Amino acid sequence: MTEALTIEGLVPRLAAIAGRENVITDPLELRTYECDGLTSHRAVPALVVLPATAEETAAIVALCAAAGVPFVARGSGTGLSGGALPREDGVLIVMSRMRRIIEIDPVSRRAVVEPGVTNLSVSKAAAPYGLFYAPDPSSQVICSVGGNVAENSGGAHCLKHGFTVHHVTGLEIVTPSGELTWLGDGTGVVSGYDLVGAFIGSEGTLGIATKIVVKLTPLPEAVHTLLAAYPTMAAGGAAVSGIIAAGIVPAAIEMMDALSIEAAEAAVACGYPEGAGAVLIVELDGPASEVEAEVGCVRSLCMKAGATEIRAADDAARRAAIWAGRKSAFAAVGRISPSFIVQDGVVPRTALGAVLGRIASLSADAGIRVANVFHAGDGNLHPLVLYDDGSSAEAEAAEVLSGAILDTCIEYGGSITGEHGVGVDKSRYMPKMFDADDLDTMQLVRCAFDPASLCNPGKVFPTPRLCGEVPGARRGTHPAVAAGQAELFLWFTERAVVLPSARLARPCALRGASSLGARGASPPGAGGASAARPSRRASAARRPGGVPPARHVYGTCAARHVRGASPTRRVPSFPRRTSPSAHHTYQATHSSRRTPPSPPHPYQWPQGP
Amino acid sequence: MDAGVVRKALAGACAVREAGDADAVGGVVPSFVASPGSTSETSAVLRAAAEHELAVVARGSGGRLGWGTPPARCDLVVDMLRMDQVTEHAAGDLVAKVQAGTSMGRLAEVLATAGQQVALDAPAGATVGGVIATGLAGPRRLRYGTPRDLLIGITVVRADGTVAHSGGKVVKNVAGYDLGKLFAGSFGTLGLVTEATFRLHPLPPARAFVTAEFGPAATTEAMASAVASAAGSPLVPSAVEVSLGRTPQAGVLLEGSADGVAERAGLMAELLGSAGAAGTTVSDAEPEWWGAPLAGAGGGTLVRIAFWVAALDRVLGAIRSAAQRAGIRPAVGGPAGAGALYADLEPGTGPAAAAGFVAALRETLADARGSVVVLTAPAEVRAALHGAGGMHGPVPSLNLMRAIKDQFDPGHRMAPGRFPEGVS
Repeated sequence: MTEALTIEGLVPRLAAIAGRENVITDPLELRTYECDGLTSHRAVPALVVLPATAEETAAIVALCAAAGVPFVARGSGTGLSGGALPREDGVLIVMSRMRRIIEIDPVSRRAVVEPGVTNLSVSKAAAPYGLFYAPDPSSQVICSVGGNVAENSGGAHCLKHGFTVHHVTGLEIVTPSGELTWLGDGTGVVSGYDLVGAFIGSEGTLGIATKIVVKLTPLPEAVHTLLAAYPTMAAGGAAVSGIIAAGIVPAAIEMMDALSIEAAEAAVACGYPEGAGAVLIVELDGPASEVEAEVGCVRSLCMKAGATEIRAADDAARRAAIWAGRKSAFAAVGRISPSFIVQDGVVPRTALGAVLGRIASLSADAGIRVANVFHAGDGNLHPLVLYDDGSSAEAEAAEVLSGAILDTCIEYGGSITGEHGVGVDKSRYMPKMFDADDLDTMQLVRCAFDPASLCNPGKVFPTPRLCGEVPGARRGTHPAVAAGQAELFLWFTERAVVLPSARLARPCALRGASSLGARGASPPGAGGASAARPSRRASAARRPGGVPPARHVYGTCAARHVRGASPTRRVPSFPRRTSPSAHHTYQATHSSRRTPPSPPHPYQWPQGP
Repeated sequence: MDAGVVRKALAGACAVREAGDADAVGGVVPSFVASPGSTSETSAVLRAAAEHELAVVARGSGGRLGWGTPPARCDLVVDMLRMDQVTEHAAGDLVAKVQAGTSMGRLAEVLATAGQQVALDAPAGATVGGVIATGLAGPRRLRYGTPRDLLIGITVVRADGTVAHSGGKVVKNVAGYDLGKLFAGSFGTLGLVTEATFRLHPLPPARAFVTAEFGPAATTEAMASAVASAAGSPLVPSAVEVSLGRTPQAGVLLEGSADGVAERAGLMAELLGSAGAAGTTVSDAEPEWWGAPLAGAGGGTLVRIAFWVAALDRVLGAIRSAAQRAGIRPAVGGPAGAGALYADLEPGTGPAAAAGFVAALRETLADARGSVVVLTAPAEVRAALHGAGGMHGPVPSLNLMRAIKDQFDPGHRMAPGRFPEGVS
């Protein structure tokens, strides 16, 4: 039953669950949470709540479900597809107070962790037992395991070691109706449907993970990294093909083009071979005897493909030197361009050459530079489309070029996203990759978990499926309509469409700065770019998770749509219905509710720790 | 139903014949067998089945059709064997797309020409669709996982005939929900799998089996410790199996380059020795018990025990005492390093003894994380299991599974009754 509750009406109840100090209502503080790592999409949540336990999370979700209020879970906020973009009419549930490593069982090679635990801290805790947690997204210093579960995160080493879904064997979740339940039992042996597999990568739309059982992997005996320089991308690509054809599965194969090498050089002086048209990084790990043999083989294959220089590293310090350029690439590109869009398309590895060629010509045609940094081993491209956000025409052209690159990926049989997720950013591309029946079928899963569509609505799918329909035939009254929840949607739609342009035009809070002020959320050295740090310390940013991502501030967060003129601001697109009475009903019930007014832009990010 | 009308409707979709006793599924004899040759024919036949409200069971080689609870009803068997093509093998991308009726043996032959494999130890005669539907995986699940882990794209036909795809043909892909995860191990209860795309692995140049024997006096603790040490070692074992015959044994599979494997085999033998093994041998041939009892002939009661590896000692003890209490001597073995064991009760085992064994195991391990699931059992054993937790015992989140079943198959016509009690 939907209770007639305004968002404000939830505050005392949420406070009773999580404590008043963990319910954020101050407009200024709320603003801290307006975006995740994809800063071009922003929405200030109506309320933020930070639960400390699974039980609190369940109670919060149950309350939202009863009130018919949408909710979105957020981890560290490093996501790159707007998957944790809040709802202006909803509650943002921030998981970063739940950061206990509950158990490490080295014999079973399992750990049980809370969702707010950072990825890297799992590996750190497992290291004394000779184990590590294999998925290693670039943001692993700060990103949370709960977020990794939502996004099925990968990382440079997933070529060999697999993704989050291969390393999680059990989940305690809060279902969208507010029930606490376990999916899987941690063994990795499934009884019944593989709900763990279905949940991972569902981008927060099927519930909120509150405990995660992860597999731990024995640390490799040896790790060896090679860097090879090539005059052209094609030559580097030939080396990659040679390595795969030789039956070697490296832990990682990464490639950078001249533009990204130049940017990395300027940013971190990584000292990559001068004048290289492409740099290839190959990392091999495993038993010492195998790695040694493979290194020899890879080295000769790299030479055969025309490498102008090869460097090898078999100790941590020299490996770090090789990786420095690659790992800094995204941030570094921010130095050579005021703004950029990062894409995450995937193509079959053998199509890399052709697709890179196409990207180059698209780039030339558009007069927009594209830097290429990518996971060559699995064909996961990260084209960085560089533009000046001071020019709306250029921003528009960059956006068009970005789309054309994704189209190219699909044309070659690839995917629109390899690891960043669909979120709000790429949902409009989903129909290019999947037909209506595919999308409808996927949403059957959504309907099973979240028939009222309150859990992170508007993400992944361009058009929500109304649940409870007879499959294949749209008829009958939707239960959410009957329950009075569909009116919410209507109202949301209206609101989204009429968002005042002033909100969009506001200068970007993150420009030129990035820091971490989260309570306990800031590992040393995670502070990212070092641009001027304003002095005022905002209380909101001291909250866990209440901080913009440090590692994904791409030069400036003022990406495409921050300037109000853009006609293409992306808002969750709900089907528009014409039922004025429903519309009015909701408004009448919620007449007292108003989104907190946007303050003039005073926001200054605090110092890091 | 008017058999003539139904037959006509089915024949409009694809080749169809009257079913005979040999087509029975768990004793339930269907009316028709349809043999679609493509995804679109499968779609047409399921549309016709939906129109006439037929209960449908998909069949591959039939090798594991007896797994799970028999269907409550079955009007139509959809025989997938005509769909036997390896549609695409992109060797450079380490990816292959294959039709569901293709045998794993045929697929392996095609892939081997490029020195590649689908790293599952499924029987050569089993079909791709059957392996996915049953989630079948052998010893190497320790390193490579189960079908869900190697599946990167899937084409399915829903109960109403709707064709849907998820994933694709690139390994790294997070666009949309992954239906492959849900259909792997779903026993045909959500719809039919018609095509699958797998990520491939290179065939290793060399392999070695390190076998350790444990004397009759050896404790379960010694074996458990050997298994845990092997599975947790940085020597990257592909499989850690045990066999609890007269002489308990543990076996470790190492794959890689010839020199590397030889060196690691020596180190692994030392490791097993120091964990308490009486003697170790290294061979490039698999021990005769490798993969048993999962790969056995069947016909009896097959029980799967899943656990956290740290509990292996306790699990071995529980199996021993449950068998003693029930007065039976099951063949016990399996991928212990990956947290699973199988107990095979021979066909003649009395229903009360079999059910007693399962009940005792569930009781002893009730507070351990894991499950005791009866994969297949003769009718009289299944009957005896009523009241002892049934085939599956407690399954977490049954209500979510029910909701999924209701969404995909609202008429409950796809292998009805097949799955955990209460789901379908």
